[in-house]
Amino acid sequence: MGYGLGLVAAAAVLVGAGWVLPEWALFLAIVSLAKGLVVLGLVVLWRTGLVSFGQGLYYGLGAYTVGLLPQITGITDAVLLVATGTAIAGLVAFALGFLLSRYREIFFAMLCLAFAMILYGILVKTEALGSTDGFHVVAVTYLGYAPAIESANQVLYVFTAIVVVVLAGLVGRYLQSVTGQMTTAIRDNELRVEYLGFSVRRAVHTKFVIAGALAGAGGAIVATAIGHVDPEMVWWITSGEFVFVTILSGSGSVIAPFIGSTVFELLRSFALEYAPNFWQIIVGGSLLAVIMFLPGGLWSLVAKWRASGR
Amino acid sequence: MTTILEARNINRSFGAVVAARNINVTVEEGETVGIIGANGAGKTTFVNIVTGYVKPSTGQILLAGTDITRLEPRAIVLAGLARSFQIPQLFASATVFDNLLYAVGIAEERGRPFWNRLRTAERLRRCDKVLEEFAIAEYRDQSVATLPQGVRKLLDIAMAMVHGPRLVLLDEPTSGITSEEKFPLMDIVVGALKEQGLTVLFIEHDMEVVSRYADRVIAFYDGSILADGPTAQVLAEPSVRELVIGEHLDGGEGGNARH
Repeated sequence: MGYGLGLVAAAAVLVGAGWVLPEWALFLAIVSLAKGLVVLGLVVLWRTGLVSFGQGLYYGLGAYTVGLLPQITGITDAVLLVATGTAIAGLVAFALGFLLSRYREIFFAMLCLAFAMILYGILVKTEALGSTDGFHVVAVTYLGYAPAIESANQVLYVFTAIVVVVLAGLVGRYLQSVTGQMTTAIRDNELRVEYLGFSVRRAVHTKFVIAGALAGAGGAIVATAIGHVDPEMVWWITSGEFVFVTILSGSGSVIAPFIGSTVFELLRSFALEYAPNFWQIIVGGSLLAVIMFLPGGLWSLVAKWRASGR
Repeated sequence: MTTILEARNINRSFGAVVAARNINVTVEEGETVGIIGANGAGKTTFVNIVTGYVKPSTGQILLAGTDITRLEPRAIVLAGLARSFQIPQLFASATVFDNLLYAVGIAEERGRPFWNRLRTAERLRRCDKVLEEFAIAEYRDQSVATLPQGVRKLLDIAMAMVHGPRLVLLDEPTSGITSEEKFPLMDIVVGALKEQGLTVLFIEHDMEVVSRYADRVIAFYDGSILADGPTAQVLAEPSVRELVIGEHLDGGEGGNARH
Protein backbone atom coordinates (compact mmCIF):
# COMPACT_ATOMS: atom_id res chain seq x y z
CA MET A 1 0.00 0.00 0.00
CA GLY A 2 1.38 3.43 -0.93
CA TYR A 3 2.09 6.02 1.72
CA GLY A 4 -0.79 8.27 0.62
CA LEU A 5 -3.25 5.38 0.53
CA GLY A 6 -2.13 4.29 3.98
CA LEU A 7 -2.86 7.76 5.30
CA VAL A 8 -6.33 7.82 3.74
CA ALA A 9 -7.05 4.38 5.25
CA ALA A 10 -5.82 5.54 8.68
CA ALA A 11 -7.98 8.65 8.45
CA ALA A 12 -11.02 6.59 7.44
CA VAL A 13 -10.59 4.16 10.36
CA LEU A 14 -9.98 6.93 12.88
CA VAL A 15 -12.83 9.12 11.67
CA GLY A 16 -15.17 6.11 11.43
CA ALA A 17 -14.44 5.27 15.06
CA GLY A 18 -16.14 8.58 15.95
CA TRP A 19 -19.52 6.98 15.19
CA VAL A 20 -18.81 3.86 17.22
CA LEU A 21 -17.10 5.09 20.37
CA PRO A 22 -19.21 6.00 23.43
CA GLU A 23 -19.19 9.61 24.67
CA TRP A 24 -16.65 9.03 27.48
CA ALA A 25 -14.32 7.24 25.10
CA LEU A 26 -14.63 10.02 22.52
CA PHE A 27 -13.28 12.57 24.97
CA LEU A 28 -10.51 10.22 26.03
CA ALA A 29 -9.63 9.56 22.38
CA ILE A 30 -9.45 13.30 21.60
CA VAL A 31 -7.08 13.92 24.51
CA SER A 32 -5.03 10.80 23.69
CA LEU A 33 -4.62 11.74 20.03
CA ALA A 34 -3.81 15.37 20.86
CA LYS A 35 -1.23 14.44 23.48
CA GLY A 36 0.08 11.84 21.05
CA LEU A 37 1.07 14.75 18.82
CA VAL A 38 3.22 16.17 21.62
CA VAL A 39 4.80 12.74 22.12
CA LEU A 40 5.39 12.43 18.36
CA GLY A 41 7.53 15.57 18.56
CA LEU A 42 9.44 14.09 21.47
CA VAL A 43 10.02 10.91 19.45
CA VAL A 44 11.60 12.99 16.68
CA LEU A 45 13.95 14.54 19.26
CA TRP A 46 14.54 11.24 21.04
CA ARG A 47 15.67 9.54 17.82
CA THR A 48 18.27 12.30 17.60
CA GLY A 49 19.42 11.51 21.15
CA LEU A 50 17.67 14.48 22.76
CA VAL A 51 15.10 14.55 25.54
CA SER A 52 13.12 17.72 26.28
CA PHE A 53 11.70 18.14 29.76
CA GLY A 54 10.03 21.37 28.66
CA GLN A 55 7.46 20.47 26.00
CA GLY A 56 4.84 21.87 28.35
CA LEU A 57 5.97 25.30 27.16
CA TYR A 58 4.80 24.70 23.58
CA TYR A 59 1.80 22.66 24.67
CA GLY A 60 0.74 25.58 26.89
CA LEU A 61 1.38 28.13 24.14
CA GLY A 62 -0.93 26.23 21.81
CA ALA A 63 -3.57 25.98 24.54
CA TYR A 64 -3.39 29.64 25.60
CA THR A 65 -3.57 30.71 21.93
CA VAL A 66 -6.91 28.89 21.63
CA GLY A 67 -8.03 30.56 24.85
CA LEU A 68 -6.90 34.08 24.02
CA LEU A 69 -7.39 34.43 20.27
CA PRO A 70 -11.21 34.40 20.37
CA GLN A 71 -11.12 37.06 23.13
CA ILE A 72 -8.75 39.31 21.19
CA THR A 73 -9.90 38.79 17.60
CA GLY A 74 -13.30 37.14 17.87
CA ILE A 75 -12.06 34.20 15.78
CA THR A 76 -13.66 30.93 16.90
CA ASP A 77 -12.83 28.74 13.92
CA ALA A 78 -11.06 25.58 15.13
CA VAL A 79 -8.92 25.28 12.01
CA LEU A 80 -7.59 28.83 12.41
CA LEU A 81 -7.16 28.49 16.17
CA VAL A 82 -5.23 25.21 16.01
CA ALA A 83 -3.16 26.45 13.07
CA THR A 84 -2.30 29.66 14.95
CA GLY A 85 -1.48 27.74 18.15
CA THR A 86 0.77 25.43 16.16
CA ALA A 87 2.46 28.34 14.40
CA ILE A 88 3.07 30.34 17.58
CA ALA A 89 4.53 27.32 19.38
CA GLY A 90 6.68 26.60 16.34
CA LEU A 91 7.88 30.20 16.16
CA VAL A 92 8.85 30.24 19.84
CA ALA A 93 10.66 26.92 19.35
CA PHE A 94 12.41 28.45 16.33
CA ALA A 95 13.61 31.42 18.40
CA LEU A 96 14.73 29.31 21.38
CA GLY A 97 16.22 26.71 19.05
CA PHE A 98 19.12 29.02 18.18
CA LEU A 99 20.32 28.60 21.76
CA LEU A 100 19.10 25.09 22.51
CA SER A 101 20.56 23.49 19.38
CA ARG A 102 24.02 24.18 20.86
CA TYR A 103 23.37 21.91 23.84
CA ARG A 104 23.09 18.16 24.31
CA GLU A 105 22.13 15.60 26.93
CA ILE A 106 21.21 16.86 30.40
CA PHE A 107 22.00 20.49 29.52
CA PHE A 108 19.51 20.42 26.67
CA ALA A 109 16.87 18.73 28.83
CA MET A 110 17.29 21.17 31.73
CA LEU A 111 17.37 24.28 29.51
CA CYS A 112 14.10 23.15 27.94
CA LEU A 113 12.66 22.75 31.42
CA ALA A 114 13.96 26.18 32.47
CA PHE A 115 12.19 27.95 29.59
CA ALA A 116 8.94 26.13 30.39
CA MET A 117 9.18 27.14 34.04
CA ILE A 118 9.75 30.78 33.03
CA LEU A 119 6.43 30.77 31.15
CA TYR A 120 4.80 28.95 34.06
CA GLY A 121 6.01 31.70 36.42
CA ILE A 122 4.70 34.41 34.11
CA LEU A 123 1.28 32.75 33.77
CA VAL A 124 0.93 32.19 37.51
CA LYS A 125 1.69 35.85 38.22
CA THR A 126 -0.52 37.28 35.48
CA GLU A 127 -3.95 38.14 36.88
CA ALA A 128 -5.27 39.08 33.43
CA LEU A 129 -4.75 35.44 32.35
CA GLY A 130 -6.51 34.04 35.39
CA SER A 131 -3.33 33.42 37.37
CA THR A 132 -3.29 29.84 38.78
CA ASP A 133 -7.00 29.34 37.95
CA GLY A 134 -6.58 29.99 34.24
CA PHE A 135 -9.69 30.80 32.24
CA HIS A 136 -12.44 29.25 30.12
CA VAL A 137 -12.14 28.67 26.39
CA VAL A 138 -15.12 29.58 24.22
CA ALA A 139 -16.85 26.92 22.11
CA VAL A 140 -15.28 26.64 18.68
CA THR A 141 -16.81 26.50 15.21
CA TYR A 142 -15.69 24.49 12.18
CA LEU A 143 -15.50 26.50 8.94
CA GLY A 144 -18.68 28.32 9.95
CA TYR A 145 -20.44 25.25 11.38
CA ALA A 146 -21.31 25.46 15.09
CA PRO A 147 -22.14 21.96 16.39
CA ALA A 148 -24.82 21.43 19.04
CA ILE A 149 -23.53 20.73 22.55
CA GLU A 150 -24.50 17.05 22.39
CA SER A 151 -22.49 16.47 19.18
CA ALA A 152 -19.58 18.82 19.99
CA ASN A 153 -17.24 16.03 21.10
CA GLN A 154 -18.01 13.91 18.07
CA VAL A 155 -17.21 16.78 15.70
CA LEU A 156 -14.08 17.69 17.64
CA TYR A 157 -13.02 14.04 17.52
CA VAL A 158 -13.36 13.93 13.72
CA PHE A 159 -11.46 17.22 13.45
CA THR A 160 -8.72 15.87 15.77
CA ALA A 161 -8.45 12.62 13.84
CA ILE A 162 -7.95 14.53 10.57
CA VAL A 163 -5.34 16.86 12.13
CA VAL A 164 -3.50 13.88 13.64
CA VAL A 165 -3.43 11.90 10.38
CA VAL A 166 -2.21 14.94 8.41
CA LEU A 167 0.51 15.90 10.92
CA ALA A 168 1.64 12.30 11.61
CA GLY A 169 1.70 11.72 7.83
CA LEU A 170 3.89 14.77 7.30
CA VAL A 171 6.25 13.73 10.10
CA GLY A 172 6.41 10.19 8.72
CA ARG A 173 7.30 11.57 5.30
CA TYR A 174 9.90 13.89 6.85
CA LEU A 175 11.51 10.98 8.71
CA GLN A 176 12.02 9.19 5.38
CA SER A 177 13.84 12.17 3.87
CA VAL A 178 17.58 12.77 4.05
CA THR A 179 17.20 15.48 6.69
CA GLY A 180 14.70 13.34 8.56
CA GLN A 181 17.05 10.37 8.54
CA MET A 182 19.73 12.50 10.18
CA THR A 183 18.33 11.49 13.56
CA THR A 184 20.06 8.26 14.58
CA ALA A 185 23.06 9.38 12.53
CA ILE A 186 23.40 12.51 14.67
CA ARG A 187 22.82 10.48 17.83
CA ASP A 188 25.58 8.06 16.77
CA ASN A 189 28.26 10.44 15.54
CA GLU A 190 27.88 14.21 15.16
CA LEU A 191 31.47 14.65 14.04
CA ARG A 192 30.95 12.34 11.09
CA VAL A 193 27.73 14.07 10.07
CA GLU A 194 29.55 17.43 10.02
CA TYR A 195 32.41 15.94 7.99
CA LEU A 196 29.90 14.64 5.46
CA GLY A 197 28.89 18.26 4.91
CA PHE A 198 25.65 18.33 6.90
CA SER A 199 24.90 20.89 9.60
CA VAL A 200 24.13 19.10 12.86
CA ARG A 201 22.95 22.30 14.52
CA ARG A 202 20.53 23.08 11.71
CA ALA A 203 19.19 19.53 11.83
CA VAL A 204 18.69 19.67 15.60
CA HIS A 205 17.10 23.10 15.27
CA THR A 206 14.67 21.85 12.63
CA LYS A 207 13.66 18.86 14.75
CA PHE A 208 13.19 21.13 17.75
CA VAL A 209 10.84 23.38 15.77
CA ILE A 210 8.88 20.35 14.55
CA ALA A 211 8.57 19.09 18.14
CA GLY A 212 7.49 22.54 19.37
CA ALA A 213 4.88 22.96 16.63
CA LEU A 214 3.44 19.48 17.27
CA ALA A 215 3.22 20.24 20.99
CA GLY A 216 1.42 23.49 20.14
CA ALA A 217 -1.09 21.61 18.00
CA GLY A 218 -1.66 19.11 20.81
CA GLY A 219 -2.17 21.84 23.39
CA ALA A 220 -4.57 23.72 21.13
CA ILE A 221 -6.76 20.64 20.66
CA VAL A 222 -6.72 19.70 24.35
CA ALA A 223 -7.72 23.26 25.31
CA THR A 224 -10.60 23.05 22.84
CA ALA A 225 -11.69 19.69 24.26
CA ILE A 226 -11.46 20.65 27.93
CA GLY A 227 -12.75 24.19 27.41
CA HIS A 228 -10.28 25.56 29.92
CA VAL A 229 -6.60 26.51 30.14
CA ASP A 230 -4.41 26.99 33.20
CA PRO A 231 -0.68 27.17 34.04
CA GLU A 232 -0.57 23.47 34.94
CA MET A 233 -0.39 22.78 31.19
CA VAL A 234 3.08 24.36 31.25
CA TRP A 235 4.20 22.86 34.54
CA TRP A 236 7.17 20.49 34.70
CA ILE A 237 4.95 17.56 35.68
CA THR A 238 3.05 17.95 32.41
CA SER A 239 6.37 17.95 30.51
CA GLY A 240 7.51 14.93 32.51
CA GLU A 241 4.30 13.11 31.63
CA PHE A 242 5.05 13.57 27.93
CA VAL A 243 8.51 12.06 28.43
CA PHE A 244 6.87 9.20 30.36
CA VAL A 245 4.52 8.49 27.45
CA THR A 246 7.43 8.69 24.99
CA ILE A 247 9.23 5.92 26.86
CA LEU A 248 5.99 3.95 27.10
CA SER A 249 5.38 4.35 23.36
CA GLY A 250 8.80 3.65 21.87
CA SER A 251 10.27 5.45 18.88
CA GLY A 252 9.88 2.82 16.18
CA SER A 253 7.00 4.43 14.27
CA VAL A 254 4.94 7.60 14.00
CA ILE A 255 1.97 5.51 15.11
CA ALA A 256 3.65 4.51 18.39
CA PRO A 257 3.02 7.84 20.21
CA PHE A 258 -0.73 7.55 19.65
CA ILE A 259 -0.82 3.98 20.92
CA GLY A 260 1.27 4.93 23.95
CA SER A 261 -0.78 8.03 24.64
CA THR A 262 -4.06 6.08 24.45
CA VAL A 263 -2.75 3.33 26.75
CA PHE A 264 -1.53 5.97 29.20
CA GLU A 265 -4.84 7.86 29.25
CA LEU A 266 -6.77 4.59 29.72
CA LEU A 267 -4.41 3.47 32.46
CA ARG A 268 -4.66 6.77 34.28
CA SER A 269 -8.45 6.99 33.90
CA PHE A 270 -9.06 3.47 35.20
CA ALA A 271 -6.45 3.85 37.96
CA LEU A 272 -8.14 7.09 39.08
CA GLU A 273 -11.55 5.43 38.91
CA TYR A 274 -10.74 2.25 40.80
CA ALA A 275 -7.77 3.26 42.97
CA PRO A 276 -8.01 7.02 43.50
CA ASN A 277 -5.50 6.92 46.37
CA PHE A 278 -2.93 4.77 44.58
CA TRP A 279 -3.19 5.79 40.95
CA GLN A 280 0.31 7.31 40.89
CA ILE A 281 1.76 4.03 42.16
CA ILE A 282 -0.02 2.14 39.38
CA VAL A 283 1.18 4.56 36.71
CA GLY A 284 4.75 4.61 38.13
CA GLY A 285 4.81 0.81 38.41
CA SER A 286 3.70 0.54 34.79
CA LEU A 287 6.59 2.73 33.65
CA LEU A 288 8.98 0.62 35.69
CA ALA A 289 7.61 -2.54 34.06
CA VAL A 290 7.94 -1.05 30.57
CA ILE A 291 11.55 0.01 31.16
CA MET A 292 12.45 -3.41 32.57
CA PHE A 293 10.56 -5.68 30.19
CA LEU A 294 9.91 -3.54 27.10
CA PRO A 295 12.85 -1.14 26.75
CA GLY A 296 11.75 -0.46 23.17
CA GLY A 297 8.31 0.62 24.44
CA LEU A 298 4.90 -0.73 23.43
CA TRP A 299 5.84 -0.41 19.78
CA SER A 300 8.42 -3.15 20.22
CA LEU A 301 5.48 -5.58 20.72
CA VAL A 302 4.03 -4.49 17.39
CA ALA A 303 7.44 -4.72 15.73
CA LYS A 304 7.96 -8.22 17.14
CA TRP A 305 4.51 -9.32 16.01
CA ARG A 306 5.12 -7.95 12.50
CA ALA A 307 8.53 -9.63 12.34
CA SER A 308 7.07 -12.99 13.40
CA GLY A 309 4.47 -12.73 10.63
CA ARG A 310 7.10 -12.55 7.90
CA MET B 1 49.52 22.44 -12.68
CA THR B 2 46.91 23.92 -10.30
CA THR B 3 47.69 24.47 -6.65
CA ILE B 4 44.97 22.71 -4.68
CA LEU B 5 46.18 23.37 -1.13
CA GLU B 6 48.31 26.12 0.24
CA ALA B 7 49.17 26.47 3.93
CA ARG B 8 50.95 29.73 4.70
CA ASN B 9 52.91 30.36 7.91
CA ILE B 10 50.69 28.15 10.08
CA ASN B 11 51.32 28.32 13.82
CA ARG B 12 49.37 26.65 16.57
CA SER B 13 50.06 26.23 20.28
CA PHE B 14 48.21 24.31 22.96
CA GLY B 15 49.27 26.08 26.13
CA ALA B 16 53.05 25.79 26.32
CA VAL B 17 53.16 23.08 23.64
CA VAL B 18 53.86 24.30 20.12
CA ALA B 19 52.11 21.84 17.82
CA ALA B 20 52.64 23.73 14.54
CA ARG B 21 55.55 26.06 13.93
CA ASN B 22 55.61 28.18 10.79
CA ILE B 23 54.24 25.47 8.49
CA ASN B 24 54.31 26.22 4.77
CA VAL B 25 52.93 23.56 2.44
CA THR B 26 51.83 23.71 -1.18
CA VAL B 27 50.12 20.73 -2.82
CA GLU B 28 49.50 20.55 -6.56
CA GLU B 29 46.45 18.90 -8.07
CA GLY B 30 46.87 15.16 -8.65
CA GLU B 31 49.75 14.68 -6.19
CA THR B 32 49.83 11.87 -3.61
CA VAL B 33 51.66 13.23 -0.61
CA GLY B 34 52.73 11.18 2.39
CA ILE B 35 53.03 12.94 5.74
CA ILE B 36 55.42 11.31 8.16
CA GLY B 37 56.70 12.09 11.62
CA ALA B 38 57.05 10.61 15.06
CA ASN B 39 54.16 10.74 17.53
CA GLY B 40 53.61 14.35 18.61
CA ALA B 41 55.47 15.76 15.59
CA GLY B 42 52.43 17.77 14.46
CA LYS B 43 51.04 15.65 11.61
CA THR B 44 47.52 15.26 12.92
CA THR B 45 47.47 18.88 14.12
CA PHE B 46 48.28 19.92 10.55
CA VAL B 47 45.46 17.76 9.15
CA ASN B 48 43.09 19.02 11.85
CA ILE B 49 43.95 22.62 10.98
CA VAL B 50 43.46 22.05 7.25
CA THR B 51 40.10 20.36 7.84
CA GLY B 52 38.84 23.02 10.26
CA TYR B 53 38.75 20.85 13.36
CA VAL B 54 41.41 23.04 14.96
CA LYS B 55 41.91 26.72 14.12
CA PRO B 56 45.47 27.98 13.64
CA SER B 57 46.80 30.67 16.00
CA THR B 58 48.20 32.48 12.95
CA GLY B 59 48.48 31.72 9.25
CA GLN B 60 46.24 31.04 6.29
CA ILE B 61 44.87 27.97 4.48
CA LEU B 62 43.79 28.20 0.86
CA LEU B 63 41.85 25.43 -0.88
CA ALA B 64 41.99 25.92 -4.65
CA GLY B 65 42.60 29.62 -3.99
CA THR B 66 39.72 30.03 -1.53
CA ASP B 67 40.55 31.05 2.02
CA ILE B 68 39.18 28.33 4.32
CA THR B 69 41.16 29.28 7.44
CA ARG B 70 38.20 30.23 9.60
CA LEU B 71 35.55 28.02 8.03
CA GLU B 72 33.75 25.30 9.97
CA PRO B 73 34.48 21.65 8.98
CA ARG B 74 31.15 21.38 7.16
CA ALA B 75 31.90 24.42 5.00
CA ILE B 76 35.38 23.09 4.23
CA VAL B 77 33.88 19.77 3.14
CA LEU B 78 31.48 21.65 0.89
CA ALA B 79 34.45 23.58 -0.54
CA GLY B 80 35.87 20.28 -1.83
CA LEU B 81 37.88 18.64 0.93
CA ALA B 82 37.27 15.23 2.49
CA ARG B 83 38.96 13.45 5.35
CA SER B 84 39.08 10.06 6.94
CA PHE B 85 39.99 9.43 10.55
CA GLN B 86 42.65 7.46 12.37
CA ILE B 87 39.79 5.91 14.37
CA PRO B 88 37.06 5.40 11.74
CA GLN B 89 34.09 7.64 12.41
CA LEU B 90 31.05 5.53 11.61
CA PHE B 91 27.40 5.39 12.64
CA ALA B 92 27.56 2.64 15.21
CA SER B 93 23.90 1.62 15.20
CA ALA B 94 23.64 1.36 11.41
CA THR B 95 24.69 -1.29 8.91
CA VAL B 96 27.58 -0.84 6.48
CA PHE B 97 25.09 -0.09 3.72
CA ASP B 98 23.19 2.51 5.74
CA ASN B 99 26.42 4.23 6.77
CA LEU B 100 27.25 4.69 3.12
CA LEU B 101 23.66 5.58 2.25
CA TYR B 102 23.68 8.46 4.75
CA ALA B 103 26.88 9.78 3.15
CA VAL B 104 25.52 9.42 -0.38
CA GLY B 105 22.18 10.96 0.63
CA ILE B 106 23.84 14.04 2.12
CA ALA B 107 26.12 14.39 -0.90
CA GLU B 108 23.30 14.13 -3.44
CA GLU B 109 20.61 16.11 -1.65
CA ARG B 110 22.58 19.33 -1.46
CA GLY B 111 20.49 22.07 -3.02
CA ARG B 112 17.52 19.75 -3.62
CA PRO B 113 14.15 19.87 -1.80
CA PHE B 114 14.68 18.67 1.76
CA TRP B 115 11.72 16.28 1.71
CA ASN B 116 13.18 13.98 -0.98
CA ARG B 117 13.35 10.38 0.20
CA LEU B 118 16.72 9.02 1.27
CA ARG B 119 16.11 5.55 -0.13
CA THR B 120 15.68 5.87 -3.88
CA ALA B 121 16.40 2.99 -6.26
CA GLU B 122 19.13 4.99 -8.00
CA ARG B 123 20.83 5.83 -4.71
CA LEU B 124 20.68 2.23 -3.48
CA ARG B 125 22.35 1.12 -6.72
CA ARG B 126 25.09 3.72 -6.29
CA CYS B 127 25.78 2.53 -2.73
CA ASP B 128 26.09 -1.07 -3.90
CA LYS B 129 28.50 0.06 -6.61
CA VAL B 130 30.69 1.93 -4.11
CA LEU B 131 30.70 -1.09 -1.80
CA GLU B 132 31.90 -3.21 -4.73
CA GLU B 133 34.54 -0.64 -5.64
CA PHE B 134 35.93 -0.70 -2.10
CA ALA B 135 35.66 -4.51 -1.92
CA ILE B 136 33.40 -4.49 1.14
CA ALA B 137 30.15 -5.62 -0.49
CA GLU B 138 30.18 -8.89 1.48
CA TYR B 139 29.71 -6.84 4.69
CA ARG B 140 26.76 -4.88 3.23
CA ASP B 141 24.13 -5.76 5.83
CA GLN B 142 26.46 -6.21 8.78
CA SER B 143 26.40 -3.81 11.73
CA VAL B 144 29.56 -1.69 11.77
CA ALA B 145 30.10 -2.61 15.42
CA THR B 146 31.17 -6.11 14.35
CA LEU B 147 33.43 -5.19 11.43
CA PRO B 148 37.15 -5.99 11.11
CA GLN B 149 39.32 -2.87 11.41
CA GLY B 150 40.37 -2.95 7.75
CA VAL B 151 36.74 -2.89 6.61
CA ARG B 152 35.97 -0.04 9.03
CA LYS B 153 38.85 1.93 7.49
CA LEU B 154 37.65 1.28 3.95
CA LEU B 155 34.09 2.26 4.81
CA ASP B 156 35.31 5.44 6.52
CA ILE B 157 37.26 6.44 3.41
CA ALA B 158 34.44 5.46 1.04
CA MET B 159 32.02 7.66 3.01
CA ALA B 160 34.43 10.60 2.81
CA MET B 161 34.77 10.27 -0.95
CA VAL B 162 31.18 10.07 -2.13
CA HIS B 163 30.56 13.82 -2.24
CA GLY B 164 33.16 14.27 -4.97
CA PRO B 165 35.98 16.14 -3.21
CA ARG B 166 39.07 17.56 -4.92
CA LEU B 167 41.41 16.85 -2.02
CA VAL B 168 41.33 13.86 0.35
CA LEU B 169 43.21 13.69 3.64
CA LEU B 170 43.65 10.24 5.12
CA ASP B 171 44.72 10.03 8.75
CA GLU B 172 46.78 6.85 9.16
CA PRO B 173 44.78 4.63 6.80
CA THR B 174 46.75 1.49 7.73
CA SER B 175 46.91 1.93 11.50
CA GLY B 176 45.44 -0.95 13.47
CA ILE B 177 45.40 -3.39 10.57
CA THR B 178 47.62 -6.38 9.98
CA SER B 179 50.73 -6.22 7.79
CA GLU B 180 49.05 -8.65 5.37
CA GLU B 181 46.08 -6.28 4.95
CA LYS B 182 47.92 -2.99 4.53
CA PHE B 183 48.90 -3.27 0.85
CA PRO B 184 45.57 -4.68 -0.37
CA LEU B 185 43.80 -1.89 1.56
CA MET B 186 46.03 0.82 0.14
CA ASP B 187 45.73 -0.64 -3.36
CA ILE B 188 41.95 -0.35 -3.12
CA VAL B 189 42.01 3.16 -1.62
CA VAL B 190 44.70 4.68 -3.83
CA GLY B 191 43.24 2.93 -6.88
CA ALA B 192 39.81 4.44 -6.22
CA LEU B 193 41.24 7.89 -5.51
CA LYS B 194 43.50 7.91 -8.56
CA GLU B 195 40.69 6.72 -10.79
CA GLN B 196 38.87 9.91 -9.88
CA GLY B 197 42.03 11.99 -10.33
CA LEU B 198 41.97 13.17 -6.72
CA THR B 199 44.77 14.79 -4.78
CA VAL B 200 45.68 12.80 -1.69
CA LEU B 201 47.49 13.62 1.55
CA PHE B 202 47.95 10.71 3.88
CA ILE B 203 49.54 10.48 7.29
CA GLU B 204 51.46 7.25 7.67
CA HIS B 205 53.90 5.65 10.08
CA ASP B 206 54.68 2.69 7.86
CA MET B 207 57.60 3.61 5.58
CA GLU B 208 56.91 0.69 3.23
CA VAL B 209 53.48 2.11 2.58
CA VAL B 210 54.86 5.65 2.18
CA SER B 211 57.58 4.66 -0.26
CA ARG B 212 55.16 2.55 -2.30
CA TYR B 213 52.28 5.03 -2.66
CA ALA B 214 53.54 8.60 -2.13
CA ASP B 215 54.94 10.74 -4.96
CA ARG B 216 56.20 13.20 -2.42
CA VAL B 217 56.82 13.18 1.34
CA ILE B 218 56.59 15.88 3.98
CA ALA B 219 58.42 14.99 7.19
CA PHE B 220 57.34 16.67 10.41
CA TYR B 221 59.49 17.03 13.49
CA ASP B 222 58.64 18.90 16.68
CA GLY B 223 55.84 20.93 15.03
CA SER B 224 57.97 21.98 12.05
CA ILE B 225 58.59 20.66 8.56
CA LEU B 226 61.93 18.88 8.56
CA ALA B 227 61.92 17.89 4.89
CA ASP B 228 59.66 18.17 1.87
CA GLY B 229 60.35 16.63 -1.53
CA PRO B 230 60.27 13.49 -3.70
CA THR B 231 59.72 10.35 -1.65
CA ALA B 232 63.07 8.64 -2.22
CA GLN B 233 64.98 11.86 -1.60
CA VAL B 234 63.21 12.69 1.69
CA LEU B 235 63.40 9.14 3.02
CA ALA B 236 67.13 9.10 2.29
CA GLU B 237 67.89 12.33 4.13
CA PRO B 238 70.03 11.69 7.21
CA SER B 239 67.96 14.01 9.45
CA VAL B 240 64.71 12.25 8.43
CA ARG B 241 66.26 8.82 8.94
CA GLU B 242 67.44 9.77 12.39
CA LEU B 243 64.64 11.99 13.74
CA VAL B 244 61.58 10.60 11.95
CA ILE B 245 62.24 7.03 10.87
CA GLY B 246 64.28 6.36 13.96
CA GLU B 247 67.38 4.92 12.30
CA HIS B 248 70.61 5.80 14.01
CA LEU B 249 73.22 6.74 11.52
CA ASP B 250 75.70 4.48 13.23
CA GLY B 251 73.53 1.60 12.03
CA GLY B 252 71.25 1.15 15.05
CA GLU B 253 67.49 1.66 14.99
CA GLY B 254 65.11 3.57 17.22
CA GLY B 255 61.41 3.09 17.59
CA ASN B 256 59.68 6.06 15.99
CA ALA B 257 58.36 4.29 12.95
CA ARG B 258 57.42 0.86 11.72
CA HIS B 259 59.14 -0.89 8.88
